[in-house]
Amino acid sequence: MIPRYQKIIFAVLLLASLGMGVKLWQLRERAHKRLLAGETTAPTQAPEVAPAEQATLVAANDMDNSLIPQVHSLPLPADPGARARAVLGKLLDLYASPNSTHPVPGGAASIAQVFLLPIPGAKASNTGNQLAVVNLTATFAASHPSGLETESLTVLSICATLRANLPNVTEVRFLVDGQLRPTLAGHADLTRTYLTADALPTQGNAP
Amino acid sequence: MRWSRQLRHWVPPVWILRPGWDFSLTASLLFALAFAVPCAGQTPPAPRFVVLLDAAHGGDDTGAHLDSGQLEKSVNLALNVRLRSLLAARGIQVVTTRESDASLALDQRAAFANHANAAVCLSLHASESGAGVHLFTSSLAPAPQTRFLAWKTAQSPWITRSLALAGALNSALTHAGVNVTLGRIPLSGIESMTCPALAVEVAPERNSDKNITTEPDNPDYQARVAAALAAAILEWRSDPNRTEARQP
Repeated sequence: MIPRYQKIIFAVLLLASLGMGVKLWQLRERAHKRLLAGETTAPTQAPEVAPAEQATLVAANDMDNSLIPQVHSLPLPADPGARARAVLGKLLDLYASPNSTHPVPGGAASIAQVFLLPIPGAKASNTGNQLAVVNLTATFAASHPSGLETESLTVLSICATLRANLPNVTEVRFLVDGQLRPTLAGHADLTRTYLTADALPTQGNAP
Repeated sequence: MRWSRQLRHWVPPVWILRPGWDFSLTASLLFALAFAVPCAGQTPPAPRFVVLLDAAHGGDDTGAHLDSGQLEKSVNLALNVRLRSLLAARGIQVVTTRESDASLALDQRAAFANHANAAVCLSLHASESGAGVHLFTSSLAPAPQTRFLAWKTAQSPWITRSLALAGALNSALTHAGVNVTLGRIPLSGIESMTCPALAVEVAPERNSDKNITTEPDNPDYQARVAAALAAAILEWRSDPNRTEARQP
Protein backbone atom coordinates (compact mmCIF):
# COMPACT_ATOMS: atom_id res chain seq x y z
CA MET A 1 0.00 0.00 0.00
CA ILE A 2 1.53 3.33 -1.10
CA PRO A 3 1.18 6.08 1.50
CA ARG A 4 -0.96 9.06 0.56
CA TYR A 5 1.80 11.64 0.94
CA GLN A 6 3.97 9.78 -1.57
CA LYS A 7 1.13 9.83 -4.10
CA ILE A 8 0.82 13.58 -3.66
CA ILE A 9 4.59 14.14 -4.10
CA PHE A 10 4.61 11.98 -7.21
CA ALA A 11 1.69 13.95 -8.68
CA VAL A 12 3.35 17.28 -7.93
CA LEU A 13 6.67 16.21 -9.49
CA LEU A 14 4.86 14.85 -12.55
CA LEU A 15 2.97 18.11 -13.03
CA ALA A 16 6.20 20.13 -12.58
CA SER A 17 7.99 17.98 -15.16
CA LEU A 18 5.19 18.42 -17.65
CA GLY A 19 5.09 22.16 -16.99
CA MET A 20 8.85 22.53 -17.57
CA GLY A 21 8.61 20.45 -20.73
CA VAL A 22 5.85 22.71 -22.10
CA LYS A 23 7.85 25.84 -21.19
CA LEU A 24 10.97 24.46 -22.87
CA TRP A 25 8.99 23.70 -25.99
CA GLN A 26 7.63 27.25 -26.05
CA LEU A 27 11.13 28.78 -25.67
CA ARG A 28 12.46 26.58 -28.43
CA GLU A 29 9.63 27.64 -30.74
CA ARG A 30 10.19 31.29 -29.92
CA ALA A 31 13.94 31.04 -30.68
CA HIS A 32 13.20 29.21 -33.89
CA LYS A 33 10.77 31.90 -35.00
CA ARG A 34 13.31 34.66 -34.18
CA LEU A 35 15.94 32.89 -36.24
CA LEU A 36 13.56 32.51 -39.17
CA ALA A 37 12.59 36.18 -38.91
CA GLY A 38 16.25 37.05 -39.47
CA GLU A 39 16.58 38.91 -36.25
CA THR A 40 20.12 40.15 -36.07
CA THR A 41 22.15 39.46 -32.99
CA ALA A 42 25.18 41.49 -34.09
CA PRO A 43 26.37 44.01 -31.52
CA THR A 44 25.01 47.45 -32.18
CA GLN A 45 26.89 49.21 -29.45
CA ALA A 46 30.64 49.38 -29.34
CA PRO A 47 32.23 47.95 -26.18
CA GLU A 48 33.43 50.48 -23.71
CA VAL A 49 37.06 51.41 -24.48
CA ALA A 50 39.32 52.79 -21.81
CA PRO A 51 40.25 56.40 -22.45
CA ALA A 52 43.71 57.15 -23.76
CA GLU A 53 46.16 58.19 -21.10
CA GLN A 54 49.78 59.23 -20.99
CA ALA A 55 52.12 56.37 -20.17
CA THR A 56 55.88 56.52 -19.73
CA LEU A 57 57.79 53.78 -21.51
CA VAL A 58 61.44 53.45 -20.55
CA ALA A 59 62.91 52.28 -23.85
CA ALA A 60 66.32 50.64 -24.21
CA ASN A 61 68.98 51.50 -26.75
CA ASP A 62 71.55 48.82 -27.63
CA MET A 63 73.98 51.28 -29.17
CA ASP A 64 74.80 53.14 -25.96
CA ASN A 65 73.31 50.84 -23.30
CA SER A 66 70.85 53.54 -22.27
CA LEU A 67 67.30 53.56 -20.91
CA ILE A 68 65.39 56.61 -22.14
CA PRO A 69 61.86 57.52 -20.94
CA GLN A 70 59.34 58.20 -23.71
CA VAL A 71 55.77 59.40 -23.19
CA HIS A 72 53.08 57.65 -25.25
CA SER A 73 49.31 58.01 -25.30
CA LEU A 74 47.46 54.70 -25.13
CA PRO A 75 44.21 53.33 -23.70
CA LEU A 76 44.85 52.06 -20.20
CA PRO A 77 42.43 49.90 -18.22
CA ALA A 78 41.60 50.83 -14.64
CA ASP A 79 42.67 47.47 -13.20
CA PRO A 80 46.35 47.80 -12.20
CA GLY A 81 47.30 44.31 -13.43
CA ALA A 82 45.70 44.88 -16.83
CA ARG A 83 47.23 48.36 -16.89
CA ALA A 84 50.71 46.94 -16.30
CA ARG A 85 50.18 44.38 -19.03
CA ALA A 86 49.00 47.07 -21.48
CA VAL A 87 52.02 49.29 -20.77
CA LEU A 88 54.52 46.45 -21.09
CA GLY A 89 52.75 45.25 -24.25
CA LYS A 90 53.24 48.68 -25.78
CA LEU A 91 56.91 48.64 -24.76
CA LEU A 92 57.47 45.28 -26.45
CA ASP A 93 55.56 46.51 -29.51
CA LEU A 94 58.14 49.31 -29.73
CA TYR A 95 60.94 46.74 -29.58
CA ALA A 96 59.32 44.61 -32.28
CA SER A 97 58.84 47.54 -34.65
CA PRO A 98 61.25 48.14 -37.56
CA ASN A 99 64.15 50.49 -36.79
CA SER A 100 63.84 49.73 -33.10
CA THR A 101 66.77 50.82 -30.94
CA HIS A 102 66.49 47.51 -29.09
CA PRO A 103 65.23 44.95 -31.61
CA VAL A 104 63.39 42.07 -29.94
CA PRO A 105 60.72 40.09 -31.80
CA GLY A 106 57.42 39.17 -30.19
CA GLY A 107 55.51 42.36 -29.42
CA ALA A 108 52.64 42.75 -26.98
CA ALA A 109 51.64 39.08 -27.19
CA SER A 110 54.88 38.21 -25.40
CA ILE A 111 53.43 39.34 -22.07
CA ALA A 112 51.14 36.51 -21.00
CA GLN A 113 50.11 38.03 -17.66
CA VAL A 114 51.22 40.51 -15.04
CA PHE A 115 50.24 39.74 -11.47
CA LEU A 116 50.50 42.38 -8.76
CA LEU A 117 50.91 40.97 -5.26
CA PRO A 118 51.60 42.53 -1.88
CA ILE A 119 55.20 42.05 -0.85
CA PRO A 120 55.43 39.51 1.97
CA GLY A 121 56.42 41.04 5.30
CA ALA A 122 54.82 43.38 7.78
CA LYS A 123 56.79 46.48 6.79
CA ALA A 124 56.00 46.15 3.10
CA SER A 125 52.27 45.59 3.63
CA ASN A 126 52.06 48.86 5.59
CA THR A 127 53.71 50.85 2.80
CA GLY A 128 51.52 49.32 0.09
CA ASN A 129 54.51 48.23 -1.98
CA GLN A 130 53.81 45.55 -4.53
CA LEU A 131 55.61 42.74 -6.28
CA ALA A 132 54.92 42.42 -9.99
CA VAL A 133 55.20 38.93 -11.43
CA VAL A 134 55.66 39.24 -15.20
CA ASN A 135 54.82 36.04 -17.03
CA LEU A 136 56.53 36.01 -20.43
CA THR A 137 55.78 33.56 -23.22
CA ALA A 138 58.29 30.84 -24.08
CA THR A 139 58.25 32.07 -27.68
CA PHE A 140 59.51 35.46 -26.54
CA ALA A 141 62.34 33.93 -24.50
CA ALA A 142 63.30 31.60 -27.35
CA SER A 143 63.42 34.39 -29.92
CA HIS A 144 65.14 36.98 -27.71
CA PRO A 145 68.66 37.86 -28.93
CA SER A 146 71.32 36.40 -26.66
CA GLY A 147 73.82 38.69 -24.95
CA LEU A 148 74.61 40.36 -21.65
CA GLU A 149 73.67 43.83 -22.81
CA THR A 150 70.53 43.07 -24.81
CA GLU A 151 69.00 40.75 -22.19
CA SER A 152 69.81 43.06 -19.30
CA LEU A 153 68.30 46.00 -21.14
CA THR A 154 65.05 44.11 -21.74
CA VAL A 155 64.75 43.14 -18.08
CA LEU A 156 65.74 46.57 -16.75
CA SER A 157 63.48 48.46 -19.17
CA ILE A 158 60.52 46.33 -18.06
CA CYS A 159 61.33 47.09 -14.42
CA ALA A 160 61.80 50.82 -15.10
CA THR A 161 58.57 51.04 -17.10
CA LEU A 162 56.62 49.37 -14.30
CA ARG A 163 58.14 51.81 -11.80
CA ALA A 164 57.29 54.80 -14.00
CA ASN A 165 53.61 53.85 -14.37
CA LEU A 166 52.90 51.96 -11.15
CA PRO A 167 55.00 53.59 -8.42
CA ASN A 168 53.82 51.04 -5.85
CA VAL A 169 55.60 48.28 -7.74
CA THR A 170 58.99 48.05 -6.07
CA GLU A 171 59.98 44.49 -6.93
CA VAL A 172 59.67 42.44 -10.11
CA ARG A 173 60.02 38.72 -10.74
CA PHE A 174 59.88 36.94 -14.07
CA LEU A 175 58.31 33.67 -15.17
CA VAL A 176 58.33 32.08 -18.60
CA ASP A 177 55.11 30.22 -19.42
CA GLY A 178 54.37 30.17 -15.69
CA GLN A 179 57.65 28.46 -14.81
CA LEU A 180 60.87 29.69 -13.25
CA ARG A 181 63.65 29.85 -15.83
CA PRO A 182 67.37 30.35 -15.07
CA THR A 183 68.03 33.00 -17.74
CA LEU A 184 66.16 34.92 -20.42
CA ALA A 185 68.34 33.81 -23.33
CA GLY A 186 71.50 32.57 -21.63
CA HIS A 187 72.63 35.67 -19.74
CA ALA A 188 70.08 37.73 -17.76
CA ASP A 189 69.28 35.99 -14.48
CA LEU A 190 65.53 35.40 -14.13
CA THR A 191 65.72 33.63 -10.79
CA ARG A 192 66.36 36.80 -8.79
CA THR A 193 63.98 39.49 -7.62
CA TYR A 194 64.69 42.78 -9.38
CA LEU A 195 64.26 46.05 -7.50
CA THR A 196 62.66 48.72 -9.66
CA ALA A 197 64.69 51.36 -7.80
CA ASP A 198 67.83 49.85 -9.36
CA ALA A 199 66.46 50.17 -12.91
CA LEU A 200 66.66 53.89 -13.34
CA PRO A 201 66.83 55.52 -16.75
CA THR A 202 70.43 56.18 -17.80
CA GLN A 203 72.01 58.20 -20.53
CA GLY A 204 74.44 55.40 -21.42
CA ASN A 205 78.21 55.10 -21.20
CA ALA A 206 78.15 55.97 -17.51
CA PRO A 207 79.41 53.30 -15.17
CA MET B 1 130.58 40.73 24.50
CA ARG B 2 127.13 40.77 25.97
CA TRP B 3 125.80 38.06 23.50
CA SER B 4 128.69 35.71 24.28
CA ARG B 5 128.17 36.19 28.04
CA GLN B 6 124.52 35.32 27.63
CA LEU B 7 125.28 32.28 25.47
CA ARG B 8 127.82 31.02 28.05
CA HIS B 9 125.03 30.84 30.63
CA TRP B 10 122.49 29.47 28.14
CA VAL B 11 121.34 25.96 28.87
CA PRO B 12 119.53 24.04 26.20
CA PRO B 13 116.02 23.04 27.19
CA VAL B 14 115.89 19.75 28.88
CA TRP B 15 113.42 18.27 26.43
CA ILE B 16 115.91 18.66 23.56
CA LEU B 17 118.54 16.53 25.27
CA ARG B 18 116.17 14.05 26.81
CA PRO B 19 116.94 10.42 25.87
CA GLY B 20 114.63 9.18 23.14
CA TRP B 21 114.12 12.66 21.65
CA ASP B 22 114.30 12.76 17.87
CA PHE B 23 117.49 14.74 17.18
CA SER B 24 116.66 15.16 13.53
CA LEU B 25 113.63 17.19 14.66
CA THR B 26 115.86 19.30 16.88
CA ALA B 27 118.16 19.94 13.93
CA SER B 28 115.19 20.96 11.79
CA LEU B 29 113.97 23.36 14.46
CA LEU B 30 117.37 24.98 14.78
CA PHE B 31 117.69 25.19 11.00
CA ALA B 32 114.29 26.86 10.69
CA LEU B 33 115.15 29.26 13.51
CA ALA B 34 118.43 30.20 11.84
CA PHE B 35 116.61 31.17 8.65
CA ALA B 36 113.62 32.74 10.29
CA VAL B 37 115.59 35.38 12.21
CA PRO B 38 117.42 36.96 9.25
CA CYS B 39 114.21 36.95 7.14
CA ALA B 40 112.33 38.91 9.79
CA GLY B 41 114.22 42.08 9.02
CA GLN B 42 113.69 41.90 5.23
CA THR B 43 110.81 43.39 3.25
CA PRO B 44 108.08 40.87 2.32
CA PRO B 45 108.17 39.50 -1.21
CA ALA B 46 106.06 41.27 -3.80
CA PRO B 47 102.54 39.83 -3.89
CA ARG B 48 101.61 37.70 -6.84
CA PHE B 49 99.70 39.36 -9.66
CA VAL B 50 97.30 36.77 -11.04
CA VAL B 51 94.78 37.38 -13.81
CA LEU B 52 91.74 35.13 -14.02
CA LEU B 53 90.22 34.74 -17.49
CA ASP B 54 86.79 33.16 -17.67
CA ALA B 55 85.59 32.21 -21.14
CA ALA B 56 81.84 32.25 -20.56
CA HIS B 57 79.54 29.34 -21.50
CA GLY B 58 80.92 26.01 -22.77
CA GLY B 59 79.68 22.46 -23.22
CA ASP B 60 75.90 22.28 -23.64
CA ASP B 61 75.64 25.98 -22.86
CA THR B 62 76.47 27.39 -26.29
CA GLY B 63 75.66 31.04 -25.56
CA ALA B 64 74.61 33.25 -28.45
CA HIS B 65 74.52 32.14 -32.09
CA LEU B 66 76.44 34.77 -34.00
CA ASP B 67 75.50 35.83 -37.52
CA SER B 68 78.77 34.37 -38.81
CA GLY B 69 77.57 30.92 -37.74
CA GLN B 70 79.95 30.71 -34.78
CA LEU B 71 78.80 29.90 -31.29
CA GLU B 72 79.54 32.35 -28.51
CA LYS B 73 81.30 29.71 -26.41
CA SER B 74 83.89 29.19 -29.17
CA VAL B 75 84.44 32.89 -29.76
CA ASN B 76 84.91 33.45 -26.02
CA LEU B 77 87.47 30.64 -25.86
CA ALA B 78 89.39 32.06 -28.83
CA LEU B 79 89.63 35.47 -27.15
CA ASN B 80 90.60 33.75 -23.90
CA VAL B 81 93.52 32.00 -25.62
CA ARG B 82 94.70 35.20 -27.32
CA LEU B 83 94.61 37.23 -24.14
CA ARG B 84 96.24 34.50 -22.07
CA SER B 85 99.13 34.30 -24.55
CA LEU B 86 99.64 38.07 -24.55
CA LEU B 87 99.64 38.28 -20.76
CA ALA B 88 101.89 35.25 -20.30
CA ALA B 89 104.36 36.76 -22.77
CA ARG B 90 104.54 39.80 -20.50
CA GLY B 91 105.28 37.65 -17.47
CA ILE B 92 101.83 37.80 -15.91
CA GLN B 93 100.48 34.67 -14.27
CA VAL B 94 97.15 33.71 -15.84
CA VAL B 95 94.55 31.29 -14.53
CA THR B 96 91.75 30.23 -16.89
CA THR B 97 88.48 28.62 -15.92
CA ARG B 98 88.40 26.50 -19.05
CA GLU B 99 90.76 25.64 -21.88
CA SER B 100 88.35 23.41 -23.79
CA ASP B 101 84.65 23.05 -24.56
CA ALA B 102 83.83 22.25 -20.94
CA SER B 103 80.67 23.07 -19.05
CA LEU B 104 81.12 24.98 -15.80
CA ALA B 105 78.58 26.39 -13.36
CA LEU B 106 78.80 30.06 -12.43
CA ASP B 107 79.65 29.12 -8.84
CA GLN B 108 82.56 26.99 -10.04
CA ARG B 109 83.92 29.91 -12.04
CA ALA B 110 83.70 32.19 -9.00
CA ALA B 111 85.40 29.54 -6.87
CA PHE B 112 88.28 29.43 -9.40
CA ALA B 113 88.70 33.20 -9.11
CA ASN B 114 88.60 33.21 -5.33
CA HIS B 115 91.06 30.34 -4.96
CA ALA B 116 93.46 32.00 -7.40
CA ASN B 117 93.49 35.16 -5.24
CA ALA B 118 93.32 37.04 -8.53
CA ALA B 119 94.09 40.73 -8.94
CA VAL B 120 91.98 40.96 -12.10
CA CYS B 121 89.00 38.77 -13.09
CA LEU B 122 87.57 39.05 -16.58
CA SER B 123 84.52 37.14 -17.81
CA LEU B 124 84.66 37.06 -21.61
CA HIS B 125 81.48 37.16 -23.72
CA ALA B 126 80.49 37.84 -27.32
CA SER B 127 77.21 39.09 -28.74
CA GLU B 128 75.59 40.18 -31.96
CA SER B 129 73.74 43.07 -30.25
CA GLY B 130 75.12 46.55 -29.77
CA ALA B 131 78.46 47.81 -31.01
CA GLY B 132 82.09 47.66 -29.91
CA VAL B 133 83.05 46.29 -26.52
CA HIS B 134 80.69 46.35 -23.54
CA LEU B 135 82.29 46.54 -20.11
CA PHE B 136 79.93 45.57 -17.32
CA THR B 137 80.47 45.93 -13.59
CA SER B 138 78.12 44.40 -11.05
CA SER B 139 75.25 46.62 -9.94
CA LEU B 140 75.84 45.66 -6.28
CA ALA B 141 76.30 48.61 -3.95
CA PRO B 142 79.83 49.04 -2.57
CA ALA B 143 80.25 47.68 0.95
CA PRO B 144 83.09 47.64 3.45
CA GLN B 145 85.30 44.61 3.77
CA THR B 146 84.21 42.19 6.48
CA ARG B 147 85.69 38.96 7.78
CA PHE B 148 82.86 36.86 6.39
CA LEU B 149 81.16 37.62 3.09
CA ALA B 150 77.88 36.33 1.71
CA TRP B 151 78.54 34.21 -1.36
CA LYS B 152 76.02 36.00 -3.57
CA THR B 153 77.29 39.49 -2.71
CA ALA B 154 80.99 38.77 -2.15
CA GLN B 155 81.86 41.26 -4.91
CA SER B 156 80.52 44.22 -2.88
CA PRO B 157 83.82 45.22 -1.21
CA TRP B 158 85.56 45.10 -4.62
CA ILE B 159 83.03 47.23 -6.53
CA THR B 160 85.07 50.42 -6.28
CA ARG B 161 88.17 48.66 -7.63
CA SER B 162 86.10 46.94 -10.32
CA LEU B 163 84.91 50.35 -11.48
CA ALA B 164 88.49 51.62 -11.50
CA LEU B 165 89.51 48.58 -13.56
CA ALA B 166 86.63 49.33 -15.98
CA GLY B 167 88.05 52.83 -16.35
CA ALA B 168 91.52 51.47 -17.17
CA LEU B 169 90.13 49.03 -19.75
CA ASN B 170 87.92 51.76 -21.22
CA SER B 171 90.93 54.04 -21.72
CA ALA B 172 93.00 51.33 -23.40
CA LEU B 173 90.19 50.18 -25.71
CA THR B 174 89.27 53.72 -26.68
CA HIS B 175 92.95 54.41 -27.38
CA ALA B 176 92.93 51.35 -29.66
CA GLY B 177 90.01 52.80 -31.62
CA VAL B 178 87.37 50.46 -30.21
CA ASN B 179 83.94 51.83 -29.33
CA VAL B 180 83.28 51.13 -25.63
CA THR B 181 80.01 50.97 -23.71
CA LEU B 182 80.12 50.95 -19.92
CA GLY B 183 77.34 49.71 -17.70
CA ARG B 184 76.36 48.27 -14.36
CA ILE B 185 74.03 45.28 -14.40
CA PRO B 186 73.26 42.27 -12.20
CA LEU B 187 76.00 39.70 -12.94
CA SER B 188 75.37 36.41 -11.18
CA GLY B 189 78.77 34.73 -11.41
CA ILE B 190 80.82 37.87 -10.94
CA GLU B 191 78.89 38.85 -7.83
CA SER B 192 80.52 35.94 -5.99
CA MET B 193 84.08 36.86 -7.00
CA THR B 194 86.42 38.46 -4.46
CA CYS B 195 88.56 40.40 -6.93
CA PRO B 196 88.19 43.43 -9.20
CA ALA B 197 85.93 41.80 -11.76
CA LEU B 198 84.31 42.75 -15.06
CA ALA B 199 82.28 41.15 -17.81
CA VAL B 200 83.76 41.98 -21.21
CA GLU B 201 81.30 41.50 -24.06
CA VAL B 202 82.66 41.80 -27.59
CA ALA B 203 79.98 43.03 -30.01
CA PRO B 204 80.34 43.75 -33.74
CA GLU B 205 81.94 46.92 -35.02
CA ARG B 206 79.42 49.08 -36.89
CA ASN B 207 79.59 52.03 -39.23
CA SER B 208 77.66 55.27 -38.85
CA ASP B 209 74.59 53.64 -40.42
CA LYS B 210 74.73 50.98 -37.68
CA ASN B 211 75.56 48.28 -40.22
CA ILE B 212 77.99 45.60 -39.10
CA THR B 213 81.50 46.05 -40.47
CA THR B 214 83.36 43.51 -38.31
CA GLU B 215 81.95 40.43 -36.61
CA PRO B 216 83.02 39.60 -33.03
CA ASP B 217 84.84 36.45 -34.22
CA ASN B 218 86.99 38.34 -36.73
CA PRO B 219 90.63 37.40 -35.87
CA ASP B 220 92.01 40.91 -36.47
CA TYR B 221 89.29 42.49 -34.34
CA GLN B 222 89.87 39.96 -31.57
CA ALA B 223 93.63 40.57 -31.71
CA ARG B 224 93.06 44.32 -31.40
CA VAL B 225 90.72 43.88 -28.43
CA ALA B 226 93.06 41.37 -26.73
CA ALA B 227 96.07 43.68 -27.19
CA ALA B 228 94.18 46.61 -25.68
CA LEU B 229 93.00 44.50 -22.73
CA ALA B 230 96.54 43.21 -22.12
CA ALA B 231 97.93 46.76 -22.22
CA ALA B 232 95.27 47.89 -19.74
CA ILE B 233 96.05 45.02 -17.37
CA LEU B 234 99.77 45.85 -17.52
CA GLU B 235 98.97 49.45 -16.69
CA TRP B 236 96.67 48.29 -13.90
CA ARG B 237 99.48 46.17 -12.42
CA SER B 238 101.82 49.14 -12.26
CA ASP B 239 99.17 51.54 -10.97
CA PRO B 240 100.41 52.76 -7.54
CA ASN B 241 96.85 53.42 -6.43
CA ARG B 242 95.77 49.88 -7.14
CA THR B 243 95.22 48.02 -3.91
CA GLU B 244 95.69 44.31 -3.77
CA ALA B 245 92.83 41.95 -4.42
CA ARG B 246 92.93 40.51 -0.93
CA GLN B 247 92.69 42.62 2.15
CA PRO B 248 95.28 41.86 4.86
